[in-house]
Amino acid sequence: MKRQFFDRLIDALLPLFAILLAFAIGALFLLWQGVNPLEAYKAMIVGAFGNKNGLADTLVKAVPLMLVALGIAIAFRGGMINIGAEGQIIVGALFTSWVGLQLGGGLPGWFIIIIGLISGAFMGGIWGLIPGFLKAKLGVNEILSTIMMNQIAIQIGFFLLRGPMIDPAEVAAGTNIPQSARLERIADMPRFTDMAKWFGFTESAKNLGLEGFTKEIYGLFVDPTRFHSGFIFAVVMAVLVYILLWRTTIGYRIRAVGLNRHAARYAGMNVKQTMVMSMTLSGAFAGLAGAVEILGLHHRMFEPVAVSAGYGFAGIVAALFGKLHPLGIIPSSILFGGLLVGGDKMQRAMQIPQVLIVAILGLVVLFVVSTDYLVKKRQNRRVSVTDGDDDLAIVEKMKESLKEAGADEEVDA
Amino acid sequence: MSENLTMAAIILGILHSGIRLATPYLFASIGETISQRAGVLNLGVEGIMLMGAFFGFYATMQTDNPWIGLLAALIVGAMMGLLMAIASITFQAQQGISGIGLFMFGAGVSSLLFKTMVGNVVSVNGFSELTFCVSDMLCLSEIPVLGDIFFSHSIVTYAAFALVPFAAWMLNETTWGLNVRSVGQNPEAVDSLGVSVTAVRYAAVMVGSALAGIAGASLSISLLGLFQENMTNGMGFIAVALVYFGSWKPRGVLLGALLFSTINALQLWVQVLDLNIPSDVAVMLPYLLTIIALALPFRRSMQPAALTKPFKRGEN
Repeated sequence: MKRQFFDRLIDALLPLFAILLAFAIGALFLLWQGVNPLEAYKAMIVGAFGNKNGLADTLVKAVPLMLVALGIAIAFRGGMINIGAEGQIIVGALFTSWVGLQLGGGLPGWFIIIIGLISGAFMGGIWGLIPGFLKAKLGVNEILSTIMMNQIAIQIGFFLLRGPMIDPAEVAAGTNIPQSARLERIADMPRFTDMAKWFGFTESAKNLGLEGFTKEIYGLFVDPTRFHSGFIFAVVMAVLVYILLWRTTIGYRIRAVGLNRHAARYAGMNVKQTMVMSMTLSGAFAGLAGAVEILGLHHRMFEPVAVSAGYGFAGIVAALFGKLHPLGIIPSSILFGGLLVGGDKMQRAMQIPQVLIVAILGLVVLFVVSTDYLVKKRQNRRVSVTDGDDDLAIVEKMKESLKEAGADEEVDA
Repeated sequence: MSENLTMAAIILGILHSGIRLATPYLFASIGETISQRAGVLNLGVEGIMLMGAFFGFYATMQTDNPWIGLLAALIVGAMMGLLMAIASITFQAQQGISGIGLFMFGAGVSSLLFKTMVGNVVSVNGFSELTFCVSDMLCLSEIPVLGDIFFSHSIVTYAAFALVPFAAWMLNETTWGLNVRSVGQNPEAVDSLGVSVTAVRYAAVMVGSALAGIAGASLSISLLGLFQENMTNGMGFIAVALVYFGSWKPRGVLLGALLFSTINALQLWVQVLDLNIPSDVAVMLPYLLTIIALALPFRRSMQPAALTKPFKRGEN
């Protein structure tokens, strides 16, 4: 029993080793640049988590990461690889801002926000449905099609923002920056500062005489920061995705198809339909990320790549690091949100380019997917050890695998 | 009359740029073809190209010798391939994801090094365009029409085209090529004959990545003579798609590369001439075409049977 616990602990810690190794390699680069890596990483961590504004930025970045990572987890669980979150964010953000600009005119803010969120999810879902459909019906590799869909989304974005969606003020001023008009203020997702006021928390941390971390945390909610209610929304979504994947038939089907397509088909599931569904849901969550970025943070659509801001790729890292589990994705998104913010702070403090973080994220992906192998290998060893104790178990297992083999043949024929 | 002349000049320009722009696609896609024929989907081509582009550029800047730049790109590409191979072959990582990791790593490192070691955009003297002069008086590049289209490119471009029949010969006629194709088709059979599946796959991925490195360098020291962050702008991903498009055959890849580079060239001219097509729509065209091409049904049957499947001895 003890041994089992220890084994599990090592499995759980392996991704952590992966991230440490990536940072160790980053440290080599810093040393070569003549920068003390400990100081640089300290600047990063303190910058991201050590004060009110850093924390606010970290949590603001965690929102799109979390939503994207949830979508990616759904796709990966369903055996589909969605690399298209960047494009799905963009089309989601585009459609949300378009719908948001069309509405208005006396409609209540909450109504515009809800419609905006649905619009983003809808468009992102379509952007996921297309590659899902192409994969299920025509066997088109979804990795490639989603990458192409990213580029198409970027160009559609530029086309719309230079033409039909451009801010009339930009045209009037002659600057012609490709961006839309600002959405009405009533359609802003409430910031924590505003919510604190509704609930009557108006006294600042200074007046209350709070010190240290308590002050920063209190300030995060009460003092003016960009921290917005999208965070609550994303956390609720994470719980909903957990329920969807583990407590509903749809989720069960998605996971079954992801684990073994042939077995799922043999069990009578509609595999193709499930594949399309997991991609559509995946895209819908990335689209939601785009919608929340518009409604909660930017309030207008601008340069597509600056809106998606690499979240589509960083979200893959967050999803993998959270073990493709919705509840693991919550902390892992906050962690990687912190890394992105910390990279910026490090750049200011140490003149180390922020792109160092992108390189480190790449290494984290490589190492995490590589350690998967070690985890599996250890699990296999465990299984074979227990099998050896019990001859009957082996016979049962052989019977089962024979059955499975038979099932596979029938499916193929 | 003058309208006809302009039209002719435009078509000439498109054909010339079409051949020129095919260079990076060819290197990268032929490399990826080798890797995929061995059963490894290397999705990190974009990142490898960026690394090759930077190191090729930097070495050329330091030594003023583009050949050293090319060599640097080749070595860096092979090293990136080694990283991919360790993750995807030894550690059997899910190839679509490890490739994205490699892409992010390459994009990050190339930008990082560019910012810390160079800082601003400068141009280098890369490979110049050849003129094929037989004597002082007679240069093939001076031949009307044909000279412009065929005899006025840099040596790197010609090497890219020469690579196509060479790669086809390597894959189809040599023992190494047979090994590569077999580990992509039926690794168990290769293993049973005492050939190391792992070694063949490592070699194929590294050769393919070295070519991707050269593809990047062809952009930075031959076509443009400068380096910019993310200068490949999705070319590496298109290169991967071109392998599917070309049904895993060098000849098919050549066709795809030419088609794409010509469309790219067309799109540049649409922007230059201010035609009545939004340039964004024109830029979108190659990607849309890729998706349509991938959906064509007859290509899938050619796919190497063990593509993206890690080899585990004793299973199956």
